[in-house]
Amino acid sequence: MNKVYACIDGFGNTSAVIDWAAWSALRLDVPLEFLHVLERDSDRAAVSDYSGAIGLGAQESLLQELSELDEKRSKLAMESGRRLLAAARKRAEIAGVARHDARLRHGELVDSVLEVEADARLFVLGEHRRGEAHGRIHLDHHVERVIRSAKRPVLVVTSDSFVAPTRFVIAFDGSPTARKTVETVARSPMLVGFPALLAMAGSDTAEARRQLEDARLVLAAAGFHVETELAAGDPEDVLPALVAGQAPALLVMGAYGHSRIRQLIVGSTTTTLLRTSVAPVLILR
Amino acid sequence: MPGAVSNFSMLLSSIRRDWLANVRGDLLAGLVVALALIPEAIAFSIIAGVDPKVGLYASFSIAVVIAFAGGRPGMISAATGAMALVMVLLVKEHGLQYLLATTVLTGVLQIVAGLLKLGSLMRFVSRSVVTGFVNALAILIFLAQLPELTNVTWVVYAMTAAGLAIIYGFPYITRAIPSPLVCIVVLTIVAIMLKLDIRAVGDMGQLPDSLPVFLLPDVPLNFETLRIILPYALTLTVVGLLESMMTAAIVDDLTDTTSNKNRECMGQGVANIATGFIGGMAGCAMIGQSVINVKSGGRGRLSTFCAGLFLLILIVFLGPWVKLIPMAALVAVMIMVSIGTFSWDSIRKLREHPPSSSLVMIATVAVTVSTHDLAKGVFVGVLLSGIFFAHKVGRVLRIDRSSDAEGRVRNYDVVGQVFFASSETFIGAFDFKEVVEKVHIDVSRAHFWDITAISALDKVVLKFKREGTEVEVNGLNEASATLVDRFAVHDKPGAVEKLMH
Repeated sequence: MNKVYACIDGFGNTSAVIDWAAWSALRLDVPLEFLHVLERDSDRAAVSDYSGAIGLGAQESLLQELSELDEKRSKLAMESGRRLLAAARKRAEIAGVARHDARLRHGELVDSVLEVEADARLFVLGEHRRGEAHGRIHLDHHVERVIRSAKRPVLVVTSDSFVAPTRFVIAFDGSPTARKTVETVARSPMLVGFPALLAMAGSDTAEARRQLEDARLVLAAAGFHVETELAAGDPEDVLPALVAGQAPALLVMGAYGHSRIRQLIVGSTTTTLLRTSVAPVLILR
Repeated sequence: MPGAVSNFSMLLSSIRRDWLANVRGDLLAGLVVALALIPEAIAFSIIAGVDPKVGLYASFSIAVVIAFAGGRPGMISAATGAMALVMVLLVKEHGLQYLLATTVLTGVLQIVAGLLKLGSLMRFVSRSVVTGFVNALAILIFLAQLPELTNVTWVVYAMTAAGLAIIYGFPYITRAIPSPLVCIVVLTIVAIMLKLDIRAVGDMGQLPDSLPVFLLPDVPLNFETLRIILPYALTLTVVGLLESMMTAAIVDDLTDTTSNKNRECMGQGVANIATGFIGGMAGCAMIGQSVINVKSGGRGRLSTFCAGLFLLILIVFLGPWVKLIPMAALVAVMIMVSIGTFSWDSIRKLREHPPSSSLVMIATVAVTVSTHDLAKGVFVGVLLSGIFFAHKVGRVLRIDRSSDAEGRVRNYDVVGQVFFASSETFIGAFDFKEVVEKVHIDVSRAHFWDITAISALDKVVLKFKREGTEVEVNGLNEASATLVDRFAVHDKPGAVEKLMH
């Protein structure tokens, strides 16, 4: 449990992921390792021969043809993967990270993540969004599967550029998960020194006030400068605006607080916030 | 409960991967396969001795059902030659209704086989047996075309030759249209234009004129019926699962993915039950069609589903035209299928491979072709490979002799495998006529695999005692550790090394 793993794929927000990973590694004072996974999509056919005729040794020659194609594609992917990792290490080096490493794997991202999980302190990965408007943007299934399967914190980079945060917001709902999130933040060196905002959405009750105050005390005891805010409305609606008002900030929340049944039907707050958040999101288990 | 959501999302993503990962490729490949299935389904119905509609309905229903129930996305299942060959006698002696009942029973047996996880038994079917099976199948498909090519006019030969020329020549012009389809269309037009007096599909029996309907096989439900259909159903079960498992392995290799063999077993069963109830004959996975599907870009379940669906649409709407297809065109397509199915590589490698492997392959082919029963061929093949293997391993046995105490003590050091196939050699290695006071037999580096080995050792000890020699056996415990059927230590660290000391 001593490394930051940055999962990079070479698409749009890769440089932001590298920068965030470098920032996290420096904050946590642990080595940084880049992880690039070559996901081979063998379900997509490259051959299109509609002749429907099979001649002498049809099966053998088809196997040869298909494996040659795969071989070529794999070699290209390996080469560009190596280059991507080398470039990432260089960028991290410039950002001031001294201990960095790279790892190139075949298979599925989530499997590779689970393989290295034992010595991971934090995973950093970028989220790809299809569509611009709020509402029906689907959560990147890579991100979703990693968050659901990994037991380590995950930092999801949601924008294409890196701006060092000056404060952080904890999405708080009074649940045991949220209280654990607060305790974890209080213990971790990652956010030490940044002012915090404990944000809670919902009706203004004495119970909510008390929970918020308890959480504030935990953070304050750890030396954080903490503000609290209780906004009326659903977390999905009010929190994004709150976080945007604090920019540049980091959003911190626990993973999947609601009941699984509710998630199935309406989707969880975590999922919705992940989909819509402009600020990067740190998800704690 | 914690797993429920991830299970659900994994289910969704597996549905997406199996069905929608390759929509364009699957649709086009499905169409190519459907076009290729029509002549095959008709030809296999003719082999089985039933109306073409029985094979066509079967191909539709098996393909559609297996698309959902099967364990190998992208594999094509339909009415097949291997299955048709088994049912010839049943149809001849008892008629179509008994075939339908047999088809349902076959499905039930295949589901049972899937539940018992018999798919894993495929590991006992060696490479040579698989090759023999494939070659025998190709030969039988070819032989089944001969009735169409004997006692006919030169016109039929000319048409068939022209058909083959189109099938293999047309891809050089374009690979965008299936050449077997071109062959069928061209030959049909020629036959109509020239008013050729040759046999057409319409002469072979009834074609489908409507969508299939649910019907119960019209057989008495008693033990007499069961006595008739059970032997056929058992053979069909074995043949169907064998070909399906082999085809699944081929598609696994081609696409570099894995499949769920036991789900495939049960899927074949479900497909056959459904097929029996809509008046179709039993079927299984098809090697040739699956290769065509992968070659045309089919990868997902959608390709199999489309193949079945397009097939039904084509036959229901093109029924009147299908009737006019000359048999010569079908024969040409089936010759192509048999050439494409045959493993030509295996002929080339006959000399390269060890003689025992080649013998297994040839025996499988010979038995199958002479009995027209693929199950018998595979049985002989598996038996022979087992015997050859036992023979080979039986030679891994060495017995060293040395003497002590000025020749009064004789030491035998046994190293290697002692079991039924090597027990004779084991006994033969001891010299009972030698006059010594004492014999030491050290078996600590040997493995006694069965009770034949133990009784061979007993025999040796007894023989020495009868000669008045004292016998001492060392290390019997280590040697007989392998004797127990469930020694269950193979997965513990160091267990294999200990076994192979």
